[in-house]
Amino acid sequence: MNLLSQIGAMLTVCFGLFWLGWILLTLLQYGIPGMSLSVFTQMTPPPGSQGGLLNAIAGSFSMVMLSTLIATPIGILAGTYMAEYGQRGWLSPVTRFINDILLSAPSIVIGLFVYEAYVVQVKHFSGVAGSFALGILVIPVVVRTTENMLKLVPNRLREAAAALGTPQWKIIIMITLRASRAGIITGILLAVARISGETAPLLFTSLNNQFWSNNFNRPMANLPVTIFDYAMSPYRDWHRLAWAGALLITLGVLGLNILARAVFRQNRPGE
Amino acid sequence: MNRSGQEREDMATTPVQPKVIVRNLNFYYGETAALRNICVEIPEYRVTAFIGPSGCGKSTLLRTFNQIYKLYPNQKATGEIFLDGVDILQNSGDLNRLRARVGMVFQQPTPFPMSIYHNISFAVKLYENLRRAEMDERVEWALRKAALWDEVKDVLHRSGNSLSGGQQQRLCIARAIAVKPEVVLLDEPASSLDPISTARIEELVTELKNDYTIVIVTHNMQQAARISDFTAYMYLGELIEFAETEMIFTRPAMKQTEDYITGKFG
Repeated sequence: MNLLSQIGAMLTVCFGLFWLGWILLTLLQYGIPGMSLSVFTQMTPPPGSQGGLLNAIAGSFSMVMLSTLIATPIGILAGTYMAEYGQRGWLSPVTRFINDILLSAPSIVIGLFVYEAYVVQVKHFSGVAGSFALGILVIPVVVRTTENMLKLVPNRLREAAAALGTPQWKIIIMITLRASRAGIITGILLAVARISGETAPLLFTSLNNQFWSNNFNRPMANLPVTIFDYAMSPYRDWHRLAWAGALLITLGVLGLNILARAVFRQNRPGE
Repeated sequence: MNRSGQEREDMATTPVQPKVIVRNLNFYYGETAALRNICVEIPEYRVTAFIGPSGCGKSTLLRTFNQIYKLYPNQKATGEIFLDGVDILQNSGDLNRLRARVGMVFQQPTPFPMSIYHNISFAVKLYENLRRAEMDERVEWALRKAALWDEVKDVLHRSGNSLSGGQQQRLCIARAIAVKPEVVLLDEPASSLDPISTARIEELVTELKNDYTIVIVTHNMQQAARISDFTAYMYLGELIEFAETEMIFTRPAMKQTEDYITGKFG
């Protein structure tokens, strides 16, 4: 019986790993030939001419940065409230419930929401709108990890601090948030990894831009939508760039995940 | 607020003053009563031990002295607890100020996630504004008091978590006394330590009573007999007997107490 369940478990693991391996192999096979220095130095080209992905990489990077900057403080504060202050009353359970819904909301819905609420009002696509949409995806992840990590901090640490006469805000900033630092950073990194490949929310918000764009109030180039456009096109060299972009995102996300694990392993909360 | 040495010597010969007076204290975890009608007087500059079987309420009683139970919304106490004549249950004023006067060391070591030095300076900075040199002095003073200085003086910048269990507990004691409280509450401070660390902490307690009023909860009756001046025996949320330790261990007034300390029960 034990052997049977072990074999069953092994088989399902292999099943999962098989597809993952296949995807990675395909990506490498088609992506590596598309990789060259020009990918990082030149703008997205019109069909039939040479070019790279510089503006898309830069756009993706800046939108992800902006959304993280907006969403992280909100997420950490909300998570802190739920773990540290929200023991009594209804606010914290309600927030937790809504946060769980947000966490599993399809990203295209978020994109449509920002489209309706912002893009339609100002009547143009923009990098800000893209950042909003991505930010809304980041917040629930950060809220969840912050709350969970703070709850892992043993209560005796709070008691010990309170027993010295430490005010609660100081206990939170100096002791509990500090003790769960690594876990929270891990959560943020994973959230960044999640949004850096999101396409759907950007289609409705930041759209895309063929050219260099550093104005957040204009449509902004980004990797996922560029990959989407180029992969759908009939042009060979666009296909090559799409593969290169896909490989780039995958490697980036992989790197972020590895970094997150390394940070978390180095100092776990409560130790 | 510590008395001078001369004054203390006088105290040793004069009858002891009560530092904490508890009257008709009841305590509830939600609906469950954990303490019933406790009345006790904790003498100043002495070591008082609370003994009794698990669940008898000795830790609960200790936790009312610094109102730490108030962190939990479903715990409540009724009755009176006087600290220097002021009822802290009715008129607690600033809870944090009270806790700065009544320090506490817990069963398990609780170093904060910062360096050894900052573990202590963090506590001191809460209510005192010291210059760098004064702070260095205070940290050294507290670590020496807790018999930890020689082991850590070269690694003060290291994380408090890098110390061994016994060292961590002594760090917590150093932190508790660094703020110069009047009362030190010890909740089974040696229960997770090996015999050598336990012996050091016992020595420490005996030495500290010159400057502080000490209340210690312990499972270990020999420990209570060794280090305390007064002992309270508790059972099922009630205070059965309170007297000088020698009395409790040689001629207890109550049959129940005798059964417990002779090991017939519990």
